[in-house]
Amino acid sequence: MSTTIAPAPGTVSAADRVAAARRRVTVGETLDQTLTMAWRAFKKMVRNPEQFFDVALQPILFTAMFAFIFGGAISGDVESYLPLMIPGILAQTVLTTCMATGTQLREDLEKGVFDRFKSLPIARIAPLAGPMVADLLRYTIAATLTFGMGLVMGYRPGGGAAGVFAAILLAIVTGWSLAWVFTWVGTIARSAQAVQGISMMILFPLTFLSNAFVPVETLPGWLAAFVRVNPVSHLVTAARDLANNALVSGEVAWTLVACLVVIAIFAPLSVRSYKRHM
Amino acid sequence: MSITELGRTDGGPAPGGATGQAVHARGLAKTFGGQRAVDGIDLDVRPGEVFGVLGPNGAGKTTMLRMLATLLPIDAGRAKIFGVDVAGDPHVIRQLVGVTGQYASVDENLTARENLWLFSRLQGIAAPRARRIAAELLGQFGLEEAADKAIAHFSGGMRRRLDLAASLISRPPLIFLDEPTTGLDPRTRGQMWDTIRGLVAQGCTVLLTTQYLDEADQLADRVAVIDHGRKVAEGTPDELKTAVGDSTLQLLLAEPDEVPAAAEVVRRVLGVDPVLSPERGRLNVALDQADLAGEVLIAMRTAGVSISSVSVAKPSLDEVFLALTGHGTEEDR
Repeated sequence: MSTTIAPAPGTVSAADRVAAARRRVTVGETLDQTLTMAWRAFKKMVRNPEQFFDVALQPILFTAMFAFIFGGAISGDVESYLPLMIPGILAQTVLTTCMATGTQLREDLEKGVFDRFKSLPIARIAPLAGPMVADLLRYTIAATLTFGMGLVMGYRPGGGAAGVFAAILLAIVTGWSLAWVFTWVGTIARSAQAVQGISMMILFPLTFLSNAFVPVETLPGWLAAFVRVNPVSHLVTAARDLANNALVSGEVAWTLVACLVVIAIFAPLSVRSYKRHM
Repeated sequence: MSITELGRTDGGPAPGGATGQAVHARGLAKTFGGQRAVDGIDLDVRPGEVFGVLGPNGAGKTTMLRMLATLLPIDAGRAKIFGVDVAGDPHVIRQLVGVTGQYASVDENLTARENLWLFSRLQGIAAPRARRIAAELLGQFGLEEAADKAIAHFSGGMRRRLDLAASLISRPPLIFLDEPTTGLDPRTRGQMWDTIRGLVAQGCTVLLTTQYLDEADQLADRVAVIDHGRKVAEGTPDELKTAVGDSTLQLLLAEPDEVPAAAEVVRRVLGVDPVLSPERGRLNVALDQADLAGEVLIAMRTAGVSISSVSVAKPSLDEVFLALTGHGTEEDR
């Protein structure tokens, strides 16, 4: 192997470089850098296909399991439970998927390459937002498989293809927004295991204290009050209206408002804590 | 001769003024959990030179470098790079400095070519040019054959070369190299040294840390010796070596009790104090010329001090430290 190492000719002038240096990152640059980071995360996903296990197996297992366990008790039979449950599983799957965002970010932060990301003149948000953009693929797989499994089990959504598509889209948007919470947890926790633990404690109340699997009317008053304000309930109701009745209800708006609030709080928190990580 | 004379370790004004310096730091400090990892370091690196920071593991070299590279917040003190304040304008500093860490900071999930492409794109270089730059750098660093292979199969030397290549994408005027050859075999080490010399020939300024005296000797125009977060000496490699002696006579006495007698002999013959090693019965004597060793040995025999082993070696970092700080590199760390 010939390794005569001679860097390219031409000289470097420090004074010129100081004069030409940009003072801050523009929005356009930030978007470009985020997409480049998304490309990196996508490559990583494709080369580590085990990352797709959760998004592939969970919708299939949970749909079958919950339908047979709760179906008879809640709706009389499995088939009439499906229109109630499938949008619930959709919300749950998407939430679990965004939990993985935080765990993987934590693992990634430990790696040497993040030192280089930090040393480059790039927007601090890009290394966080990039993987989240790539994760849109994971949400899409999870959401599509949930509905696919429902169809196999006999679910016939009244909203038609357009309604189902709209429900999936809303779930993906919500998943991406809520992922900022777990990204923030990823930047503050000490280890990937800690991220997992904290995320579980956020995830379980959010999914189970919602109308995802049981009608709100069956709950005691104090619990029903929480369930009604839980953003996951809004997502579930909105997705039910879309998938079962092709109805764009006010719940869609409430879901999107909740998403915006979550992003407005947790995106700046995440960037701040990522910067402090240095 | 007193060792501390060789370098100016105070904070006197730098020649050419602060803005003329590639790196200008005063009272740089970092505390980790109550322990001062970097404890008030002053540093002046002139444009176009290779400045070596020499010190053992845990001396604070890496922490200092990370603060200057905006990777760690500066706890106390100030630093400027080409006149730009490090704490105040980190985004500008990141455009001026290329950092190659102690552990290769490249992406394990990508190939060498993809890594270079990624870092080029992140720095705003359009895709076609990014591809060209990646190909050029792969060629320059002898990585063409492995360009599309997984980095997991790369040798330590190849990783370091890729890492350095990644730091050079934007052709930064200042390059930080954190222990660039630690763990490399001698041949790869020599190649890395040639690369560093090539960078300087292009007008780059290099700030490197090392544990090896010979590396500092080979590459650096000036050297600062760091210990326990403090600068203990500064000067050219020649000044440093003169202080320690051109070579070192290492004596192991047959009777450890005879150390005072042996020390007296050395003082009488050479007029200098030997350095007592932590190992019982071992003395290290700095020699201006290697052939003075004979005189010392003859005097020992005349004085009746029996010696069980003798060697003459180039001074090691350990000896530099024994000479400069009175303790070795392994002590209380």
